[in-house]
Amino acid sequence: MDKVNLNLKKRRVISDKVFKIGVTVAGTYVLVIVVLMAFQLMSESYPIWEKEGLSFITKTDWNAVEDRESFGALPYILGTLATSAIAMMIGVPLSIGIAMFISDAPAKIGAPLGFLVELLASIPSVIYGLWGLFVFRIYFRDWIETPLHNAFGDNVWLFSGNPYGLDILTASVILAIMIIPTVSAVSREIMKAVPQQQKEAAYMLGATKWEMFKLAVFPYSKTGLIGASILGLGRAVGETMAVTMLIGNATGISAIPSSLFGSSQTMSSIIANEFVEASPASIHMPALIGVGLILLLIAIVINVVAHLLVTRMLKIKEGAINN
Amino acid sequence: MIIAIIPLGSILVEVFKNGLTAISIEFLTETPGSVGSGEGGIGPAIQGTLIIVGLSSMIGVPIGVMSGIFLSEYGDNALARFVRFFNDVFMEFPSILLGIFAFLIIVLVLGHFSVWAGAFALSLIMFPIVARTTEESLKMVPMTYREAGTALGLKKWVITFRIVISAAKSGMVTGILLSVSRIGGETAPLIMTILGSSQFFSSMDTPMDALPLRIWRLSLLPYDSAQLQGWGAALVLIMIIIGINLGIKYYFMNKKNGFFGQLIKQRRNTTK
Repeated sequence: MDKVNLNLKKRRVISDKVFKIGVTVAGTYVLVIVVLMAFQLMSESYPIWEKEGLSFITKTDWNAVEDRESFGALPYILGTLATSAIAMMIGVPLSIGIAMFISDAPAKIGAPLGFLVELLASIPSVIYGLWGLFVFRIYFRDWIETPLHNAFGDNVWLFSGNPYGLDILTASVILAIMIIPTVSAVSREIMKAVPQQQKEAAYMLGATKWEMFKLAVFPYSKTGLIGASILGLGRAVGETMAVTMLIGNATGISAIPSSLFGSSQTMSSIIANEFVEASPASIHMPALIGVGLILLLIAIVINVVAHLLVTRMLKIKEGAINN
Repeated sequence: MIIAIIPLGSILVEVFKNGLTAISIEFLTETPGSVGSGEGGIGPAIQGTLIIVGLSSMIGVPIGVMSGIFLSEYGDNALARFVRFFNDVFMEFPSILLGIFAFLIIVLVLGHFSVWAGAFALSLIMFPIVARTTEESLKMVPMTYREAGTALGLKKWVITFRIVISAAKSGMVTGILLSVSRIGGETAPLIMTILGSSQFFSSMDTPMDALPLRIWRLSLLPYDSAQLQGWGAALVLIMIIIGINLGIKYYFMNKKNGFFGQLIKQRRNTTK
């Protein structure tokens, strides 16, 4: 009897150990992938850093012709910054407004509206691009860009250039629409985390609805809302397809954003446009991978900061089952 | 609020209006005709999307589920906290970088475009989502279930697979479907891995087509007929994705106070 029990115990220990090792390996997969990815991007883009040095980041040329190759990533970094910044300026206030409305509305209205906003998130970005290219661009050009251009003329640099629709402003507005679901969903959760007593106290002091948000909700949820916005920024920076279809795809010095109505290029869109055509033997591909490396670093920084802010705000207990 | 609904409404209306005129039996089954002729269809693209989603699920789901088990059942140490954090960060990575990564380690090594590379890239998008939802659904299973298993003298892995997972199955299925609807619409990583083609699938080592890729290529052509086909393809894609989303909504979320309603509430609170 004793012997049987002992055998059972031994087998159990071994198979459980195998199981534990198996799941631990699967868990560490994500770490391996992140490290491998950073390493691969670094080693494959090495030729461009060797040739251009750090001036790769500050140069503006982009010439893939053989023997005259010269690459600089500055226009695309600026293009990414410009589009994301404009998208944030439009998208964040809107999303926070939506979050305020939904968190405040009765559940009967709030829940379906929340679902509609989530549906916006599930639409593939290539369909945003298609819609932006054939529908949105036309109306936007005729109703907003042309009047703006006519009102300010070429004298104001922001509105100079002939509005054609394939430009920084259109791409940014589409980006703004695309980050609304992310930002508003996270901010809604954060606003829900505000203690009910605080809101009631504000109402008791005779606050209107807006004053209640100003007094009770915003001070409490400031960190989390900033984190939510940065999450949206991360999405805007990495977004590829819709931007590629709408930004006009300039290269080299002409891609430096100079006017809202000028065409430009972002880091992800230049990769999407040129990667397949680039020959692995030339320095063109390392240059594109170098752009990818810069994008990777920016994405890691943005997302790490955002997650730290949001998790601290929601005070998520990041533990396993309580055993 | 209204400003957010207008684009949604406009996208849906335009896709349905333009898409319906393009769709016919031939359109859904035939290979694309010559450029600009307006003939042919998106058969290879639909087939390609199904193949690539199936393959990446085969890679991504087991890894995601195992990793979710790790986070939930063995997740009380520094390594797991680290993994959980990077899972969340990795989920938000620009997808085009995953495409470059798959290109570098598969396409460059093999020397040709390959379906495997595309499936690998998409599985990288998929597994963090599956891992996170699996973790949250496993955590919802009461501790007493596990204790009951232990009291019966079962091994830990038997407890996990036979008791815990069967109790948490629906939540995990929701997570897997969500990740499928996410990768179904991904375009960027496919550009540099499966490239796109106008033929039906022939082998794993040749370029293949997929719906998002086809939409992108059609939208770049300067012909009205190509645009129309683009809308048709968009309609098919959006039907698949919104279908999955509405399905999840109606089967799992509507039971407000039941297991699934609470599960989703909990998941939302913890993932974001």
